[in-house]
Amino acid sequence: MDPQSPIHVSLRGVTKVFVSGLGRTHALGPIDIDLRRGEFFAVVGPSGCGKSTLLDVIAALTPPSQGAVTFEGRPIGNTVPDGVGVVFQENACFPWLNVADNITFGLRRQPVDKTEIEQRLQYALQLMGLQDFAHAFPSQLSGGMRQRVCIARTLVMQPRLILLDEPFGALDQQTRLLMGDELLRIWRATGATVLLITHALDEAAMLADRVAVMSARPGRILEVIETGWPRERDSQIVSVPEFGAITARLWTLLRAQSMQALRPEAV
Amino acid sequence: MALASAAGARMMRRTIYAHPSLFLVIGLLCLWQIAFWLVGRDALLPPLETILYLAGLLQTARFWGHIAETGTAFVIALAISVVAGLAIGLALGLNRMAAEVFEPFLLAGNSVPKIALYPIVLLIFGIGMPAKIAFGAIHGVVPVAIFTLTACSNVPPILFRAAAAMRLTRWDTIRSVLLPAALPDIFSGIRIGFSLTLIGTILGEMFGSQRGLGYLLMTAIGLQNIQVIMSVTLLLVLVAATVNTLLLAQDRRLRNPATPSQAP
Repeated sequence: MDPQSPIHVSLRGVTKVFVSGLGRTHALGPIDIDLRRGEFFAVVGPSGCGKSTLLDVIAALTPPSQGAVTFEGRPIGNTVPDGVGVVFQENACFPWLNVADNITFGLRRQPVDKTEIEQRLQYALQLMGLQDFAHAFPSQLSGGMRQRVCIARTLVMQPRLILLDEPFGALDQQTRLLMGDELLRIWRATGATVLLITHALDEAAMLADRVAVMSARPGRILEVIETGWPRERDSQIVSVPEFGAITARLWTLLRAQSMQALRPEAV
Repeated sequence: MALASAAGARMMRRTIYAHPSLFLVIGLLCLWQIAFWLVGRDALLPPLETILYLAGLLQTARFWGHIAETGTAFVIALAISVVAGLAIGLALGLNRMAAEVFEPFLLAGNSVPKIALYPIVLLIFGIGMPAKIAFGAIHGVVPVAIFTLTACSNVPPILFRAAAAMRLTRWDTIRSVLLPAALPDIFSGIRIGFSLTLIGTILGEMFGSQRGLGYLLMTAIGLQNIQVIMSVTLLLVLVAATVNTLLLAQDRRLRNPATPSQAP
């Protein structure tokens, strides 16, 4: 990753405290990170460390309790900024729409003309290998295919920042590796900045330019590790010795945190 | 011989699987005939005679007058049930706070035997059309409201997160995400509401009316006119079962949009 790239997303002193009838839960932060334009940034952390909350805050799906998030130099408000796409872990397909209508759902609400919508749809179908399923309904697709639909739905909006919240968490290991390859391909093809939230160390180590390791709750950034991979890469990187070293380094950092997260009083 | 009967049985089974409802109807008619043989002519009429008598009734203008009376009351009651039920259910479904306050009342209201309210309905509306409509509507409105409310709260939250991520306005989220996502359950509520409103309308006619199929039933009971009782009952069963079957088919289509009729 080119360290000269301009800052695309910036978090300063971001914290999140949830207040409920049971009291206050300090879920996150304070967190300071800068994502550079066009980089692939992954965040790993023990379960319950607030990494999904971090994504929600960056996406403006939930406001931070303190601190500020800026996207392309402008502070984000209380709606998802234009140019930001989000892919969730759960199946977020609309079951009453077929694949093509799901993919163009957001696009049809933008000032984009019909031929342009059709072109972007065809491109996304092709990129995600969904050409033969344009008229299928989500209930007829496997979990991996449904997640492709959700990714395609985000891609057609041509986001400059793609936020992925454990997008492959519900998929089996082989599908995850293949989807990882596709994600790298999409990242290179679109030039977008990617923020991937994951609990899978190997996924983070294989995909990202930089991996941030989060602590147990309240989640803070413990360390940011540069992987140093070339831009052209794929899942075969798992056989390179450096991959093992990076994964081992991530695990050393995470082990103590994960054990802390498993302690009963932390739950 | 054994082979032939085995093949025959297999063919029989295949025919039954191909037309399950048809064979259910045939089975019910057989049961009816058997029940007639058991209890005798004092209590029942056999299927064929009932159908012929009904066919005869359907050729008289007076009988059609009763049908029109019941039909009008029922259609208006159903419209009130659906519109008011949807309005209450959606208003509560869109407002979690209001839902928490009012849902127990709705459920309690649903468990009240509506017939206990009948004297009050009669006192308010008097004998005639408005009382029947009101009585039909109070049967239908609460289930439609409860189903609609439940349908709204059962929409997976992830769909709203996805809508927010695509920058939908609140109104667009309601129109393009909440309503289509809740539609199958709302439609089930309307289907249940249909049956209950029909029950309510007929009940209303039985006790406080001078026209309509319910009234006809009640007078026939007084006169021990088994032919009329059986014919009117058969007509009601036919109408209710037919409409319910159609609604059920539509229900299934909504639940699984991938059925051939909609997939290109």
